[in-house]
Amino acid sequence: MSAVEISPAAGTDQEARAEAARTRRNWLLSLPAVILLLFAASGPLVIVLIYSFLTPGDYSGVKWIPTFDAWTSILFSRDIFDDTLRLADAHLTIFWRSASLSLLTTLITFLLGFPTAYFIATRPPRQRGLWLFLITIPFWTNLLIRTFAIMEVIRNEGLLNKLLMMTGLISEPLQILYSDTAVLIGMAYVYLPLMVLPLYAALERFDFRLVEAGYDLYAGRWMVLRKVILPLVKPGIVAGSILVFMPSLGAYVTPRVLGGGKHMMIGSFIELQFGQGRNWPLGASLSMLLLLIVGIGLFFYVRAMSKEKAHD
Amino acid sequence: MEFLPARVDTNRIQPASRKTPVPVAAIETRQISKTFGSGDREVRALDHVSLEIRENEFFTLLGPSGCGKTTLLRLIAGFEAPTSGQLLLYGDDISNEPPYRRSVNTVFQSYALFPHLTVAQNIAFGLEMLGKPKAEISRTVDEMLAMVRMEAMAHRKTSEISGGQQQRVALARALAPHPKVLLLDEPLSALDLKLRKEMQRELKRLQIETGITFVFVTHDQEEALTMSDRIAVMSAGKPLQIGTPREIYDRPANRFVASFIGESNFLSATITAATGDVARVRIGGGIDMEAALPAEAPRSGKVTVAIRPEQVRLVEADAADALPATVTDTVYFGTDTHTHLLLDSGETVVARFQSTLAHSEERANGTRVGVQFWEGSVQVLRETA
Ligand SMILES: Nc1ncnc2c1ncn2[C@@H]1O[C@H](COP(=O)(O)OP(=O)(O)O)[C@@H](O)[C@H]1O
Ligand SMILES: [Mg+2]
Repeated sequence: MSAVEISPAAGTDQEARAEAARTRRNWLLSLPAVILLLFAASGPLVIVLIYSFLTPGDYSGVKWIPTFDAWTSILFSRDIFDDTLRLADAHLTIFWRSASLSLLTTLITFLLGFPTAYFIATRPPRQRGLWLFLITIPFWTNLLIRTFAIMEVIRNEGLLNKLLMMTGLISEPLQILYSDTAVLIGMAYVYLPLMVLPLYAALERFDFRLVEAGYDLYAGRWMVLRKVILPLVKPGIVAGSILVFMPSLGAYVTPRVLGGGKHMMIGSFIELQFGQGRNWPLGASLSMLLLLIVGIGLFFYVRAMSKEKAHD
Repeated sequence: MEFLPARVDTNRIQPASRKTPVPVAAIETRQISKTFGSGDREVRALDHVSLEIRENEFFTLLGPSGCGKTTLLRLIAGFEAPTSGQLLLYGDDISNEPPYRRSVNTVFQSYALFPHLTVAQNIAFGLEMLGKPKAEISRTVDEMLAMVRMEAMAHRKTSEISGGQQQRVALARALAPHPKVLLLDEPLSALDLKLRKEMQRELKRLQIETGITFVFVTHDQEEALTMSDRIAVMSAGKPLQIGTPREIYDRPANRFVASFIGESNFLSATITAATGDVARVRIGGGIDMEAALPAEAPRSGKVTVAIRPEQVRLVEADAADALPATVTDTVYFGTDTHTHLLLDSGETVVARFQSTLAHSEERANGTRVGVQFWEGSVQVLRETA
């Protein structure tokens, strides 16, 4: 009789044990993923972090002598005679160029991407898929190939110059290649889809009846855009800007190929440290700095978004 | 109240030497047509609509779904351009003006409140776009909040208030710029019955208080009858009849109006004489009566007449001047009881009586009765039989 009777306490005990078993199994199941993340993502990061606090090796690699030199040399250069620190102008120029080119890239992709996303979002639902598909086609091609394609278009004997000469707008080919403009054109082209997609996602959720409400209440086109549409698709604008700004800050291939290496950006500068520069710790500290900037940016973005959500 | 229009008073005290001016319609549509799509899929939403909406009136567009009410409203608001025809606002052709240059505001069916703004900011929006001074904006917003009794909610987001409250904010937002005409597209359809009745009275109060011309769209005949100064009954892109609720209900000019608003008995009749808007008709081959004769109706020959069920009277089967009939069914509706009758001529008639405790008007199925109609209740319809 008592064998079949289960006391309430025994019931909860059993449930707790089953729960524990479930938890254990879930952990075991996700173990491969956890290990992969730990070693594949965090591992290299830790190595880079450690290297940034070491002394450069004589030819390459590092010597295991701990120092903050790599970090200070990001901003300052040590005078070899009196050992005083001075601002490293060359480095600052590179940071400034990277930041301003990335900002300009973000701005240009926004100015081009917003009308594009708006256009797609206002198509009949059945057509939108096709337009989005077209937007994502460039992703199918290798970045390097896309960049060389741009090069082909803007070089002196390229498509653009030929067209402009044919129409008689210019008599001499424009030197666009290997300039900041070329880098900007290339980056805007490469990162445009990353702006269009989040903007589209926001605009697709936007209630276009509000545009009519705006017109009805005496707002012209510009005012409707400023006072109704932009405030409501702000999350998409922020997301798109971050998605474009962050990777363009560290972009390597496009500035390298189209800028011809003359106009260095952070990406090429880091590469330089691991190559000819033979200063791995500086390269490591620069990489960590970039990561930190991106991380801080993302942190504020996530916080702003969750605040916005809490408001609704 | 600030919103009582000064215009009306000055009209009353105008100098005696001036001739009474012909009143200008607030809205006039001249032969407006609107087609959507083209070729095989062409839809004619409006078909040569000509009507006048007077200043300060509560004008209702009533009709079944798809008859073009919303399209007409959107044309007046400026969201659509007419395919042909003209639209006049106080005599000015505004057919080609964009919505933001028309002194016309809309209360949208979906409310379309701006979700990123507070209640007060929503109400201020139109005034800000018109470039009004800050002090005036905040004064008007306060007035509007008081008028729709939403003072306590001024700083809430629009997602934090109920549907009925959103409705009131939408009204306040549209009234704040004091437009010449306010358009309302089925504004009450999303509300439950009790709230709807309350808002009906509220809307009527606001219309009288502000003196603004209201153009109200509904497919609910009761709503139209209780609220409107005048109603346009629409069907298939055309207004079929325009008139006061009483004119529409008592004198429906055609079969559609007679059956869409209330219920009607339709009987064939023959006109024996016609003078002005009165005809003598012989109904069901048995009784001769006077009937109202609308303009554009045939003035002789066979016609159809409409008679409301509550205008039917039952008498003894052998009474003179009555149509002999048999009771086929009796349906109890609470306040009313409907008696279904089969005339000896083969036509059917429904009679409606107020239910009494004694059930004095109820008759068993198969009972032979005489059918008569109250004087003045017979209406000739435009369509021939
Ligand atoms: N934008 C549009 N495109 C195509 N057809 C439309 C459009 N708007 C309305 N229609 C058609 O016009 C007719 C009238 O519509 P509507 O004015 O919305 O009617 P109601 O408001 O009386 O229900 C309907 O047949 C509808 O399908
Ligand atoms: Mg409608």
